[in-house]
Amino acid sequence: MLTDRFNPLKEEMLCILDQDGRIIDKNLEPFIENDNLLRIYKTMLLAKVADIKALQYQRQGRMLTYAPNRGQEAAQVGSIAATEKNDWLVPAFRELGAWLYKGAPLEQIFLYWYGNEMGSKFPDDVKMLPVSVPIASQLNHATGIAMASKIKGEKDVAIAYVGDGGTSQGEFHEAVNFAAVFNAPVIFLIQNNQWAISVPRSIQTKSKTLAQKAIAYGIPGIQVDGNDVLAVYAATKEAVDRARNGDGPTIIEAVTYRLGPHTTSDDPTIYRDENEVKEWEKKDPIERFKKYLINKGLWSEEEDKKQYEEYENYVGETFKKVEESGLVPLEDIFKYTYAEMTPNLVEQYEEYKKYFGEEA
Amino acid sequence: MALLNIIGAVTHALDSEMERDKTVVVYGEDVGYEGGVFRATVGLQKKYGVDRCFDTPLSEAAIVGTAIGMAINGMKPVVEIQFDGFVLPALNQIIAHAARMRNRSRGKYNLPMVIRMPYGGGIRALEHHSESPEAIFAHIPGLKVVIPSTPYDTKGLLLAAIRDPDPVIFLEPKRIYRAFKQEVPEEDYTVPIGKAKIVKSGEDITVVAWGALIREVQKAIEEVEKEGISVELIDLRTISPIDRETIIESVKKTGRFLVVHEAVKSFGPGAELISIVNEKAFLYLEAPPTRLAGFDVTVPLPRGEHHFIIEPRQIAKKIKEVVEF
Repeated sequence: MLTDRFNPLKEEMLCILDQDGRIIDKNLEPFIENDNLLRIYKTMLLAKVADIKALQYQRQGRMLTYAPNRGQEAAQVGSIAATEKNDWLVPAFRELGAWLYKGAPLEQIFLYWYGNEMGSKFPDDVKMLPVSVPIASQLNHATGIAMASKIKGEKDVAIAYVGDGGTSQGEFHEAVNFAAVFNAPVIFLIQNNQWAISVPRSIQTKSKTLAQKAIAYGIPGIQVDGNDVLAVYAATKEAVDRARNGDGPTIIEAVTYRLGPHTTSDDPTIYRDENEVKEWEKKDPIERFKKYLINKGLWSEEEDKKQYEEYENYVGETFKKVEESGLVPLEDIFKYTYAEMTPNLVEQYEEYKKYFGEEA
Repeated sequence: MALLNIIGAVTHALDSEMERDKTVVVYGEDVGYEGGVFRATVGLQKKYGVDRCFDTPLSEAAIVGTAIGMAINGMKPVVEIQFDGFVLPALNQIIAHAARMRNRSRGKYNLPMVIRMPYGGGIRALEHHSESPEAIFAHIPGLKVVIPSTPYDTKGLLLAAIRDPDPVIFLEPKRIYRAFKQEVPEEDYTVPIGKAKIVKSGEDITVVAWGALIREVQKAIEEVEKEGISVELIDLRTISPIDRETIIESVKKTGRFLVVHEAVKSFGPGAELISIVNEKAFLYLEAPPTRLAGFDVTVPLPRGEHHFIIEPRQIAKKIKEVVEF
């Protein structure tokens, strides 16, 4: 068990790939089919392109507030890739890579950030919850989903995402504690990206690691190099198998870095040193994984360049469609609050329509 | 038919629905082994097992938060918050998520879940055990708020709440949990959410109340009837969505309106009811629509609670005031 070999109290962090994409310890290398290795890489690359372009669109005044993901692609894609189609993804709000791998259409993801709730109505077979903005409150949903799965005798597990700041919330404790008590099949994936807007990780907790919090709940916890997609995958796969076998929840702390701002409304130059950012840029998770794939003979710089350009076009065309989507129809504002509109809502809707007619 | 009090009707409704629908699960603090501090869930764990009726760690936010997850994943959770005043840590889950998940996901995720809790004062309890928070919930789009006042309605409304596709806050008037018994049919029936009940027809004034106060109003009516005042009493039963039609029709007939509630007065449910009366029946009014409600204070501890509790003689006085305006 990786969770036995890497003790978070001793700050032992699981790392499988070095910066040059070489395997540090052959015994730790997870088995992943070549097709899936490429799917993981391409999803990371698409997330990167979509992220860069979303930020540009926002700067051009074409996109509303957006929460960038650059730097965290391995933590996101590596973890979700270790789950199955039938498992549940319970996001916070900065998991673009995970959403794409899970099958959420990019068009919908952009539609959400463009200000349209339809962006959160994912296709029926995509078992993923909408973005959850109140920090850490989504974790209890994941625990509940997992408890239901267990009661029904199904094998589906849930994976929930939260940040380093989220671990300070009471609901982090409550959700993990519930999951542990009921042995619920859920994985709590902490993306420790070092900063909760302007507040550094050191102000969130006195604990040396976030993974060690698992010890207090009586469950396994492991710290992994969150910029090493193979380490994230290996730790998550083990946790998923454990959950599916009825052995309960796991906390995984993926140590990573938010290279961009918290959201497009944030200016990180106010609170963090440029040199820190430069150091983390050297640990780019995509570069590292690309070298691994090239070393393995599965990928090349030429293919990479071509793929990148393809994605640029795809993202551009997708966003164009989103920009053409127009405004939300009046009826949509009313009709989803209850399964059936209440008399009050019917009256408000009819009255507004009567006043403004077609303009409404 | 069985002769049941309100708490017995809660147990009977949960039992019959757990029997009928395997996706119904019941949980909360002390709910499983003990059967709840008021014994509302007594016997359910024994009958349906620990998977379907269980005790949880002491965490209201997680009780409600996990119920949301359960509902998303195909269950119908009926969770208990032990007392009205303890629901506050769960408000983030109730307001930010339970009420909004359907709208947020544009209808992909309905949340068929019920949050039960005893509410209201008059039981000589500690702080946080005597509150009437119905207006807090009724103010939130996406929630339904239901309050029964009889054993018959308790069963019918609770079954309707469990089968409702939207989240329902089910407030149980703890003061009258064991106050009286009523014939409750064994067979399946529901009382529709969103429909008030005319408890008693009358001509001179419409009085709207709910929960434990229905009985208090009935006592007041006995008094004022001796003086020849004819009262129409409406049990609101659902605070949200509100049954405006029944109230408006009644006020058009009587021309006078009084709402009585234990929840504090300012920004309370009475304000909403009076607005409805003013908007829809203004020209029929012969006196200002009036409210008799809890003072704008924290519910006093038992040595002072008698000042706060609304008694029949106060209600009778208020009825006369409105009629004689």
